[in-house]
This record gives sequence, C-alpha cells and structure tokens, in this order.
Amino acid sequence: MNEDPGALVPELALLGAAVLGLLTGSWLPRHRQWIVAALAALACVAGIIATAVVYTRPTETVFGSYAIDPITNATRLIVLVATLLAVCASVDAARGQRRETEYWVLLLLGALGAVLMAGATDLLLLFATFLLASIPLYALVGWSATSPGTEAAMKYYLSGAFAGVAMISGATLLYAAGHVTAYADLRENLTTAAADGRSLPALAAVGLVAVLAGLAFKAGAVPAQFWVPDVSDGTPAPVAGIVTTIPKIGALVAIYRLLTQAIPAQVINWPLIVAILAAASMTLGNLAAFFQTSVQRLLGYSAISQVGYVLMAAAVAARTPQAGPALLLYLAAYAITNLGAFAVAAAVTTPDGPARTLDDYRGLARRRPVLAGALVVCLLGLVGTPPTAVFFGKLAVFTAAIDGAMAWLAVLAIVNTVASLFYYLRWIAPLFTTAPSPASPLENHGLGRHWATGAAVAAALATVIIGVGAQALWGLLTTAS
Amino acid sequence: MLSLIVFLPAVAAALLGALPGRLPARMFIGTWIAVALADLALIVTAWARLPAATGPSGYQFEERLAWIPSAGISYHLGVDGLSLPLLAMTGVLFLACAVFALRETRRVKAYVLLFLALQTVCLGLFVALDLILFFLFFDLSIVLMYFVIAGWGHGERARATALKFFLYTFLGSLALLLGFILLFLAARPHTFDIVELTAANPLVAGGPYAGLALLAIGVGLAVKTPTVPFHTWLPPAHTEAPATGSAILAGVLLKMGTYGFVRIAMPLLPASWRQYALVVLLIGVVSVVYGALVALAQTNLKRMIAYTSVNHMGYVLVGVGAAGLLAAGDVQARTLATTGALVQMVSHGLITGALFLLAGVLYDRGRTYDFAAWSGLAARTPRFAALFAIAAFASLGLPGFSGFIAEFQIFTGSLPAAPVPVAIAVTGILITAALFLVALQRLFLGPWRAPDAPGAPRPLADLRPSELVAIAPLLALATLIGLAPRFLLDLVEPAAAAVNALVTR
Repeated sequence: MNEDPGALVPELALLGAAVLGLLTGSWLPRHRQWIVAALAALACVAGIIATAVVYTRPTETVFGSYAIDPITNATRLIVLVATLLAVCASVDAARGQRRETEYWVLLLLGALGAVLMAGATDLLLLFATFLLASIPLYALVGWSATSPGTEAAMKYYLSGAFAGVAMISGATLLYAAGHVTAYADLRENLTTAAADGRSLPALAAVGLVAVLAGLAFKAGAVPAQFWVPDVSDGTPAPVAGIVTTIPKIGALVAIYRLLTQAIPAQVINWPLIVAILAAASMTLGNLAAFFQTSVQRLLGYSAISQVGYVLMAAAVAARTPQAGPALLLYLAAYAITNLGAFAVAAAVTTPDGPARTLDDYRGLARRRPVLAGALVVCLLGLVGTPPTAVFFGKLAVFTAAIDGAMAWLAVLAIVNTVASLFYYLRWIAPLFTTAPSPASPLENHGLGRHWATGAAVAAALATVIIGVGAQALWGLLTTAS
Repeated sequence: MLSLIVFLPAVAAALLGALPGRLPARMFIGTWIAVALADLALIVTAWARLPAATGPSGYQFEERLAWIPSAGISYHLGVDGLSLPLLAMTGVLFLACAVFALRETRRVKAYVLLFLALQTVCLGLFVALDLILFFLFFDLSIVLMYFVIAGWGHGERARATALKFFLYTFLGSLALLLGFILLFLAARPHTFDIVELTAANPLVAGGPYAGLALLAIGVGLAVKTPTVPFHTWLPPAHTEAPATGSAILAGVLLKMGTYGFVRIAMPLLPASWRQYALVVLLIGVVSVVYGALVALAQTNLKRMIAYTSVNHMGYVLVGVGAAGLLAAGDVQARTLATTGALVQMVSHGLITGALFLLAGVLYDRGRTYDFAAWSGLAARTPRFAALFAIAAFASLGLPGFSGFIAEFQIFTGSLPAAPVPVAIAVTGILITAALFLVALQRLFLGPWRAPDAPGAPRPLADLRPSELVAIAPLLALATLIGLAPRFLLDLVEPAAAAVNALVTR
C-alpha cells in the first residue's frame, strides 16, 4: 500500500496551519492574532503551489482509499483559491474579535474537510471527511455568538446530524448490497451481482439515495437545503459565503466520484435520480429567492439553485466525457463569483452595522462606484452573462446535459436562469437609485472594510479574466477527467 | 482592422472612465463624437478597400485567434456583403446619437461610457463569425440596453419596463444559446465557428434534430427582431427609453435578430429552413399586418413608431421566408427577396432612428408623446415638421426613399413564392401610409396646441442645430439609397445570392 505522506502536502499544509494557528493563537494577544490569518493565507498559497507542482503526475491512491488524481488536484486548487479569497473577505469581520484565532482555524479545518471529501474513494472515508467538513463549520456559523447566529448554528447542526445519520445508514445499506465500502470493489460487486441475478437493486438504490442526501446537505441541494437560507441570513456575510461555497465544492466532487466510480448506472438508474435532484434544486431555490428582501437570504436561495446547475453535470456523468470538466469548471466559476457577491455584502455598511436588506444598497453606485461595479459583475456573473466565468460554466454544463440526452434538463435550466435574472436584478436596480431612502443615509460610517472590498474587486476581476481566458482553466480541467 | 473598428469605442470608454466625472459634459460627448466619427471613417475605409482584401472563405478582413480551442470557440471576425452595410449603418446611427446627445445633462459620463460600450457590442455582433462570440455580443447588448433604459428612461416606470425588456430578451438569448449548443454538438469535430459549420454543414439532412435547432434559434431571434407573437416587450421599452436609446434599440438591436436569420439560421440549417420557410413567411405577414393595424390605433407617437418597427421587421421575414420557399425555383426572384430584406434592415435603421430622435425632440419640448397634446406644429416649428414629414414618407415606402427600394424588392421577389400571403402583406403598406398621414395631420395641421408648462405657456423651440445635424444625415442617406441604390446593391446582391446558394444545398 502506498503510504507516502509527501503526496498530501496541500492537505497537510491546511492541517499544519490549523494546528499551529490554534497553538500560537492561544498565546498571542488579541491585536496580534492577525498572524494566524497570515498563516492561513500562507497555507493556502503553499497548498496551491504544491498542487501545481504535482498537477500532471500520474494518478495514485494513497493510504488505500484516498485518490490523488486530476479531479482531486483540480478540487484542491478550487478549494484553496476559494479559501484564500474567503480569508481576504473575512479579515474585516474577524479582526480584533475575541475569537479571531478560532475563526481562522475553523475555516482551515472546513476547507481541509472539503478537499478530503473530494478525494475519498471509500464510503467510510467519505463519511469521516463529511464529519470533518461539517463540524468546524457548525462552530464557524455560531462563531459570531449573536442570537440569529446561534439559531443558525443550531439549525445547521441539527440538519447536519440528521444528514450524517442518513449518510451512514446509506453507506451501511450499500455495504449490505455490495459487501465492500471501497468504490472500485463496490462497483465490481454490484455489477456482478446484477449479472448473476442475485442483486438487491432496491437496497442499493435506497442506500445510494441516503448517501446522496448526506452529501446534498453539504452541497446545500434538495432534499437537504433547509438550513441554507437561515444560515446565510443569520451569520456575518463572510461566514455565509464560506458555508455556501467551500463545502459545496467538496460535496459535489464527492457526488461525482461516488456516482462514476462506485455505482454502475445499469444497476441503479442514478442519472434520473440526480437529474430530479438537480431540477428540484434549481427550481425551488429560484422560486424562493424571488421576493426576498435580505440580500444574504437571497444569495442563500441563489446558492441552492446554483447547485442544481452543477448537479446537471453530475447527472450525465456516465454518458458524456464533457461532464467532468463541466462540473469542475462550473464549481470554480461559481465559487469565485459567489464569494465575490458575499464579499460585497461584507463590505457594504450602514450606520447601524452591516447592510442586510436590498434597501441598504440604494445609491451604492454613487457612494462606492467600484464596489457597486464589482457587485454588478458578480451578480450578472451568477446569471451567466458572457464573458464571465459562470457563462462558460453554464455553456459547458448545458452542452454536457444535451450531449448526455437530458435536453429537458437544459431547457429547465434555461427557464430557471431567466427566472433567476429577476431577483438578481432586484438587487442591481437599487444600486443606481439616485434618491436614497431616508432610512439609509448615504455616508459610509468610516467602517473602512478594505479587505472585503479588495476581495470583492479581486473576485469580480477574476470572474471576467477567467471567462476571457477560459482556455487556461478549461485545459486544466479537461486533463482532470 | 475589424478589431480596431470594434474595440475603438471600448478603448475610448476605458480611457474616459479613468477621468473624473466632474469634468464638463461637453468633453465626454465631444470625445464620443470624435470616436464615432473615427470609427465611421474606418468603416468607410474598409468599404472602399473591400475588393482588394478578399479572404479565403468569402469573408474579408478576416481575423482569427484561438480563444478556447478545446471547446471549439475562437475569436473570429470578418465582413461580407451581409454585414458591412449593417456595420456602416451602425456607425452612422451611433454618430447621430452622439451628436444628438449634446443636449444630455443627466450623469453624462456614465451615459457616454455606456453608449461607447454599446457601440462596441453592436459593431462586434455584425462581424462575429463565431457563435459564442455572436452570443456574447448579443447578450451584452441586452445588458447594456437595460442600463440605458433603467438609468435614462422616463422616470420610475422605466425601471419596470427595463426589467421586462431584460427578462424577455434574455429568455430569447438563452433559447438562441440552446440552438447554438445543438449546432455545436451536431458538427464533428464540435465547433462554434460559423465558417466551419457552414462548410461542414452537419444538419444538411434536416430532420427533427435540425428542426429543434431551428426552433430554438428561431425563437431566440424572433424575440429580438421582434415578430408577432414575441413583440410585446418592444412598445413599452421604446416608450420609456430615452430618444437615443430608442434609436439604437430600433435601429441596431432589432437588426441583430434579422441579421441572425441570414447569418446563422439560413446557411447553417438549410434543409430545415426550406422546410419551415412558409411558417417564417406567414409569421412575417402576420407581423406586417398586425404591426400596422396596432400602430394605426395608437395615441402615443412613440408607441406608434415602435409598432411600425414590428411591421417593417415583418417585411424582412417575408423576404427571407420567400427565399427559403423559392430554393428550388427562380434564382432571380429569391435573390431579389433576400436583397430586399437586407436593404430593408439598413433602411429601417436609418429611417426609424431618425423618427425616434425626432420623437425625442418632441418629448424634450413638451414632456409627452401624446398625439392629443400637440397640434398645428407646422407653422411654429417648420424645420421639425419638414424633417418629420420626410422621415414619415420614407418610412411608409414612398418611391425615392430607401424603404421603397427594399419593400419593392421584397414584394417582387416574394410574390411567386406565396402569392396570397404576400398580397395580404402589401396591404401593410397601405395601412402604414394611412397611419403616417394621420400622424402628420394630427401633429402638424390644425389649430396650434402644445402642452404648457405649469403657469405661462412656453415658447416652442424648433430643431436646434445639434438636433438638425444629428437627424438630417440619416434622412439624406435614406434618400441617397432611394435614388442611387447601386452602391449598396452592388455589395448586397452577391452576398444575398451566396446566402441563397447555401440555403439550396
């Protein structure tokens, strides 16, 4: 068995930074705790470099159940870049707080869990990484210790506990049907069992749905999406951005890997199951987002609908070679764009604190033109306007869906995209209102949130640059499947 | 060359964007005029140098760079007889709008930046030879026009209208994208390149797959054109948009739809186009008659002009539909019909652009487009009345103007294809003539009446020099095409014949 820890440098960098950060943070005075943030950023950069170095190495499996293949490498890059962006977006909110160190450590552990989920090739390891990706984020959601934050953490924790139980039960059922938990063997056993006519397809199908439900919790997809709006509304904007982005990357790659590597589509008709989840996610998320007045709740529902588009690629994973790159491309584009939108939410303030409602954004274009520009780019990016990155993600996903004989799903996605435009525009329109309502005075109350602004602008630029230079990313991801 | 033409306004916008907004408004608009003038000069140069610069695929001034080769997307530009007249028309119209905008006072910097970006997008669309590049410009034109209507439209209602415009046309653009993906998947190797797709002709056999692709592309383009029954976004959008926005929307953005038919739908889906040509023609006829009748019933000048656009775009569909029907028949007739459709696009852009700018003048003076508020203007504002009358006669297709050349060719070419529907469409001309005469009578004849500002009646100013300089050249060009159309037809006819040759494959 290959037990080379050198293959796990990016993961170890995150873990090391988390442990080191916790230790140093315990001794640092509050005004020096930024050192832990710097450590976190350093770990991300180190991880990105380490991944880039090994990117083209041949596939290997370490410790028996952790695959280091191009998909894992792509996920590492996406998660690490997203974490770096999240660190920037969080600095203003976390700086000088009582629990600043904890914030960074929890973020690093959550990111580590997301990466590990993507590489797991064994149901048991998948469950362990699920826990690792979940538990730090429960604490992160409750980090601000406000009453909506505590309520959100409670809801998140309870849904997560329930999802975890469903997932481990599902893994048990799959084990009963396939007699193993390793993906490759599971696939073989399920196939031979079906060929011999002694399979229990219903058992395996129920098991699969239960495991998918657990992963859907992490991804914020139907049927485990109920926590998303409350959590994204009840927490500070950067935290909301983190929990709706980073675990999602790991969970969706894990779904893709589980479906393509462990479950033969001829035994269980999982393309249909996933397609239905995709359709339900995008539609329910969109319909609920329509008349929200809180921007973070709106982005929460938008996050649910966006998962639906990514799941489209997972649904056709066995039918077209374009599904894998499409899924990764969409995730990369979405992660950056969504974090950019949340970074804007973190950067905009009113005299009473952070801006929360659509009305708080009235006249932003005049007050903070750069920030308003970044928001417009990010929101139009989420819609999928060319030449932003998400457009090429959507193009790839739609193409994969049509190529995989699921044109109906692509048509539904198109209708949903038009519908989503409506609520994104409800946020864009107030930016340009000239007469602000008396409730939100124009002055920015000196709360210079430069880091969050910087993160928002960087994300907006990145989404356009990635879009125009999509070839680079596309080439990177095509090798990944 | 083409990249320079397309991106000159965008570069100018980027440079202007770096300047502080408190600089005088004249400076921004002056720069815009200079850029539009330079761009037009470049286009004219391209036109003049055309025969010398033939590319390998019949397109000229071709530029091709790899963009996303693994997804079959390239940055591919080129012009031919289909696109160059529209390119020139776009350049002229933007120049006219720049001059007209000299009187704009609201947030001038943002306004100029937005229009410069819009100009890049519009020019880019007509020279794009890659479906994704085409889609990019198509989509961005919607986004930018949304901001024009929402930001500089008439009041709070403009926002709701802009939203409707965005949602409606965005749905169309996504339908278009769906069709493009179907085309992409049909070709081996997969590509979005229009030239390669034309050469490979993957859907030559027609069939349900090609039919679906045509349906998706057709719906996408029909929303933008717009034809009945997808036209309902158009009248409110025009009514609420600022004058320059309306002129660009009607003059250029609508052409993106009809241009898409000749550039994409006809050459790439020839079998399906022939199969469903009658449907296209009938939709055209319905648009012609319905647009004219509804325009006749309007009491708002701008809504009336908007509905005449539905009518005029209907003629284009009649022309291209007839070309598909005649694919097996008379070469001369189908070339005539397609040529007419192309000339109609240019002609409509010039004339309707002028009409919308004139309507903008009226709104500027009295803050209303309502026919009932105005009367007897001929005596007080002779220049305005004269130009409006010329534009109205040109629009109704009087011989001597470009509209006549276009519509005459369309009807002559289409009549053999489907005599009865085309005969019905001819009545559209009569109705249009009636409605413009009624409009002229309501506005210019009769006792003097104009909306008063609260308090004392204001003196009503005639066309100011900048307005005159903006509008008169548009009408002069429409007259030039009407009297001496050869310079345009020499360019358009071979291109029309080439498109038809592709349809008959």
